[in-house]
Amino acid sequence: MTLPLTHGNDRPRNGVALGHRLFVVGGKSLLLSLLVLAVLLPLLAIFWRGFSAEAGQGGGLLAARELFASANFHWLLGNSLSVALTVAAIVVPLAYLFAYALQRTLIPAKGLWRGISLLPLLAPSMLPAIALVYLFGNQGLLRGLLSDNIYGFWGIVLGEAIYTFPHALMILLSALSLADARLFDAASSMGAGPARAFFSITWPATRQAVFAAFCLVFTLTITDFGVPVVVGGDYQVLALEAYKAVVGQQQFGRGALIGMVLLVPALLSFAVDAWLRRRQGEAMSGRAQVFEPKPSKLRDGCYLAIVLLVCAALLAVIGMAVYSSLVKFWPYNLSLSLKHYMFEDTAGGGWLAYRNSVTMAIGTALIGSVVIFTGAYLMEKTQGQRLLNQLLRLLSFIPMAVPGLVLGLGYVFFFNLNGNPLHVFYGSMALLVVCTISHYLTTAQMTATTALRQLDGEFEAAALSLKAPLYKHFVRVTVPICLPTLLDIIRYLFVSAMTTVSAAIFLYSPDTILAAVAVLNMDDAGNVGGAAAMSTLILLTSAAASLLLAGASRGLLRRSQAWRQRAPGY
Amino acid sequence: MFKPLALAAAVSAVFSLQASAATQLTVYTALEAEQLKSYKQAFEKANPDIEIKWVRDSTGIITAKLLAEKERPQADAVWGLAASSLAILDQNGMLEAYAPKDLGKISPNYRDAANPPAWVGMDVWAATICFNTVEAEKQGLSKPVSWQDLTKPEYKGKIVMPNPASSGTGFLDVSAWLQTYGEPQGWAYMDALHQNIGQYVHSGSKPCKLAAAGEFPIGISFEYPAVQLKRQGAPLDIVLPKEGLGWEIEATALIKGSPKADAAKRLADFSASPAAMELYKENFAVLAAPGIAKPQTELPADYEQRLIKNDFAWASKNRDQILAEWRKRYDGKSEKVAQQ
Repeated sequence: MTLPLTHGNDRPRNGVALGHRLFVVGGKSLLLSLLVLAVLLPLLAIFWRGFSAEAGQGGGLLAARELFASANFHWLLGNSLSVALTVAAIVVPLAYLFAYALQRTLIPAKGLWRGISLLPLLAPSMLPAIALVYLFGNQGLLRGLLSDNIYGFWGIVLGEAIYTFPHALMILLSALSLADARLFDAASSMGAGPARAFFSITWPATRQAVFAAFCLVFTLTITDFGVPVVVGGDYQVLALEAYKAVVGQQQFGRGALIGMVLLVPALLSFAVDAWLRRRQGEAMSGRAQVFEPKPSKLRDGCYLAIVLLVCAALLAVIGMAVYSSLVKFWPYNLSLSLKHYMFEDTAGGGWLAYRNSVTMAIGTALIGSVVIFTGAYLMEKTQGQRLLNQLLRLLSFIPMAVPGLVLGLGYVFFFNLNGNPLHVFYGSMALLVVCTISHYLTTAQMTATTALRQLDGEFEAAALSLKAPLYKHFVRVTVPICLPTLLDIIRYLFVSAMTTVSAAIFLYSPDTILAAVAVLNMDDAGNVGGAAAMSTLILLTSAAASLLLAGASRGLLRRSQAWRQRAPGY
Repeated sequence: MFKPLALAAAVSAVFSLQASAATQLTVYTALEAEQLKSYKQAFEKANPDIEIKWVRDSTGIITAKLLAEKERPQADAVWGLAASSLAILDQNGMLEAYAPKDLGKISPNYRDAANPPAWVGMDVWAATICFNTVEAEKQGLSKPVSWQDLTKPEYKGKIVMPNPASSGTGFLDVSAWLQTYGEPQGWAYMDALHQNIGQYVHSGSKPCKLAAAGEFPIGISFEYPAVQLKRQGAPLDIVLPKEGLGWEIEATALIKGSPKADAAKRLADFSASPAAMELYKENFAVLAAPGIAKPQTELPADYEQRLIKNDFAWASKNRDQILAEWRKRYDGKSEKVAQQ
């Protein structure tokens, strides 16, 4: 707040100014129009649907009042809230400990644990739930461990916890990755113990990320229907109700109304995030020294135990799903075979679906990462256009709370509207890419924002005082510094695109059918083994892409991230 | 001298290529995935200038998709969707009525009553109980023979059925019980059945799959997955309750406003033809055209006689009201159990 430099008022000279303004204002305007087309208008189409009282659609103000006053709705809302709060209360502390272990301790084989912890990201969200049924269902391998079967509250909580864990972990890893060693040196020289140092240095620097992770897990859980469909039994939640209303009853209005209710948590967390932002200073100054943890056997032992426990649970679940794709006929014929992988013999998309998914995932990852990271940078690091910034932030926060199904329907309503010139994109790969980027925008952007917020604003001030245009600074300084984060975003978008099903289910055409949709089709057609096999294929593909990106990241880190190491002889 | 000539030849070659390129027909369907390949091959063999592009999904999703696209239909035709769903599309003015060439061979029960009909039937699917014999022995369960049997206390928590709000098969069951028993007794029956339901699921074939895998020993489903799973070696008994079976017609219709109406009509012609019935009979025991079906060894010879008298107009008209009542009574089961 009391920066010595008044760089906000500095006006760069003409030629530079033009390029600068083109980058900042033009970039923001372009981003705004994209967000309006890809997020706002499809959502407005939902609102229009929700409040239009067309007969038999369950929409309109009267239907809304009736719905919100009904005991059934209150029960669903209560269920959704208790599931989402329980999952967030379990996942966030666990993910924080896990992230802390990877970033701030000296436990061995960190790369391995990190890889295992991100595994649930690599498969469709139904996979952990299917595995839970194979583990704890009535015919489950470990059925004896539970007094009752898995279906219901705890089934959903466990499934969602596994599904959301890597999402929370990505934010917390990023928040814990940067720390200023000077602060810890100062703390220890003043006699502060590790606990004191944690609560006065680490916690203030990361609490906003904790809040962000909490919000993300909460909204991901409250809007997911994949896990409740498989393992919820009769314990129902709002997202499932929206899915049923639309798919089972063709009541678009009712689905749209519940979709609107599910928007509330995102709007609330936006308000709190904005408030926290105002309180949070910049954590990492340009003169920071990279923190290196000191050896401590006891600390590392404890953290290793936690990490091992989490990884064992995740491996058991994923392994069970893969194993079940290889079993001939559960539970009566447990011999192994590859027959579920012969996609030519079964309809549902087969290999075309798989090729399409790979194409879609590459497009989403490349286009999405460039747009999202540039957008996050413009929002975080440029002065002026406050209204524009607020608008962009609001728009890019919304997709997190929009269930994929509702977003997909919004796309159908909007892009298939009579007289919309954008109709030509309907059913195309381009629209699937746009929809998928929009759907996963928020997490990617939060990751980018979290990393960017930890870079001191002095970097930009320095660039401006050197009369360097901002886009040059962005390309030459910010992107290289944040390259690990950028690669994380690419990886996240790729695997999300490989695994997404809920939005795409309304948008694909015969030419653009996707692997995850094929999983659903095959499961629906009774070919559960085929569905498990296709899921496993998605998992392997995502894993291969992730490993490739991790390799690239390591190579680049060596070249461009040397500054993170202490200077030799320091 | 040669160049313009070569160019002209090339241009005409391109045009003739385009002329002979097949018309692509976008066909929405809820047929079982493994049936699609042979149906498509047979149609394209008879109509080499038309190519089918399938969009396949479950009944609920395909219906929702068609309704969402009402303003600007993407489908040219629908081949294999529940008649009750097609009736809803027809009420929305989305279907193009058409009398296929072999309409005269179709039994009058299995087509839209209007002339020309909005939809024409292909085959029939009906309610079936899948009963897992291995689990029954393990858990000491007797084999049910009627719908009433399913309310016996010994089956508490052992039965799965599709939720009528999301599944066409589920709605078919509920509508059949209400028609068979009459409204108050039908709901009383479902109240009793509800005490034994372990789970309501969202697809019609899933209860049978769950029964086949022993996850729940009894599944209320339909006959196609039951026959298929039994052929694959699942330890299933196919139970056809003695009070009669609820059923539904799988049918074909044309989407109004399709720019490929001529090709779509040829699809409708094919779907009602004896050649197509030969395909359907591999999968279904009751066909829209009488006299072609062959008995399936897994099903009794008098299978068609066991179907109830089904009033589709009543079911379609009261659908919203029935579902609302069902949801009021049974949705949120856990809540009521917790309150007791």
